[in-house]
Amino acid sequence: MVILFAVFLLTLLVLTAVAIVRTDNLFVAVMLTGIFSLLMAANFFILDAADVALTEAAIGAGITTVLFLGALALTAEYEKSISTGRWLSLGVVAVTTLILIYATFDKPRLGDPQAPVHLHVAPWYLEQTPQLIDIPNVVTAVLGSFRGYDTLGELNVILTACIGVLFILGGRRGQYSPSDGTKSLSTIHSLRHHLIPKIVGHFLIPFIILFGFYIQFHGEYGPGGGFQAGAIVAAGIILYALLEGEAQALRAVPRSALMGMVVGGAMLYGAVGIAGIALGGNFLDYSVLTDNPVAGQQIGILIIELGVGLTVCGALLLIFHAFAAREETD
Amino acid sequence: MELFGLYNYWVFTVVLMIGFYAVIAKGNLIKKLIGLSIFQSAVFLLYITMDKVDGGTAPIVQKGVTDQVFSNPLPQVLILTAIVVGISTTALGLAIVVRIKEAYGTIEEQEVQSLDRDQ
Repeated sequence: MVILFAVFLLTLLVLTAVAIVRTDNLFVAVMLTGIFSLLMAANFFILDAADVALTEAAIGAGITTVLFLGALALTAEYEKSISTGRWLSLGVVAVTTLILIYATFDKPRLGDPQAPVHLHVAPWYLEQTPQLIDIPNVVTAVLGSFRGYDTLGELNVILTACIGVLFILGGRRGQYSPSDGTKSLSTIHSLRHHLIPKIVGHFLIPFIILFGFYIQFHGEYGPGGGFQAGAIVAAGIILYALLEGEAQALRAVPRSALMGMVVGGAMLYGAVGIAGIALGGNFLDYSVLTDNPVAGQQIGILIIELGVGLTVCGALLLIFHAFAAREETD
Repeated sequence: MELFGLYNYWVFTVVLMIGFYAVIAKGNLIKKLIGLSIFQSAVFLLYITMDKVDGGTAPIVQKGVTDQVFSNPLPQVLILTAIVVGISTTALGLAIVVRIKEAYGTIEEQEVQSLDRDQ
């Protein structure tokens, strides 16, 4: 039964992707990407990846859509359908698809317990997590402790991307800057005059943010963690900004606080690593943080997840404000 | 079950190539970025497909429950962080597109190129 549902969802996924590429109305395309992400999240959930499904739903269906709408408001709403070499591209894509499908026949079938990917380090993680770290969610344990270096690197990629966006959009405007009749975000800005979105939004925002905090601090026990929590809290504040306007949201959470969150989160993560060295262990070795190695691991994961949450939330909000501010200063 | 054993991989292939088509055939820069995020999502699907184990459940250990089969946590960790990195890099791309619009007045690739050639 589940497999039929999965096949149905995957087929819908393909149809949505085709529709996204075919439409020349970019607004429609962006809205369809939201649906695409939600379908993808449902697929992830069927495939037992609860943490990833939560992330995809918060980021893909929520924040990506808002960012694309922000970019559309500053550029154009319609695509001019001038595509050269359409048949050549179709030919290349068709041939590559066939080659890749031919290659899939060598893949182990879905759910095969003997697939090579399940025979290497994964069983070790599953066996050792209860003894070494003793938190229920193995995904959080691997993310925070066993592969903490990777996560620190990813966090710095987010930090770097955020700095890049601020540099690119913070500068002087070019000669074609006035928004020529485009309206996506501007329309949303006037949401404050619509009664129903305003009341429903105000009712929802506290619960969205509360849910974000729950995800942050419950990440060791259930699906969740800093990445998801940061995205969910950011989504709640973005909703507030859409309802009450950009300036009001910046009054609630000023830009300097967001900068502090982005940089402070990444530094908090790094500081835990340095603390490990100072206490006689290796970089990002949490076992030495307290006398009890297992408790040390748990404290380390708690702190680095907090750092991740701060950076992700701050970075997403700064990026959103960068797009929104560029439109408003016309 | 056996019949659909490779269906996820076929969907991965097709979605990947739909995204790739948008990147190479479409002239609109926003559409290219949308194509790129579809391409990226397809890769996520490939990884998450590989984590599934028959009869498995999400890798969250419950005390006192034995004989549980867990799906593989490792691909999930990789993709979880990749999704957040993906949105950050997409935002960077969108920021560049916004600046291109302000500098050239268009976000169509060919028009930008012809403006460049005229100068």
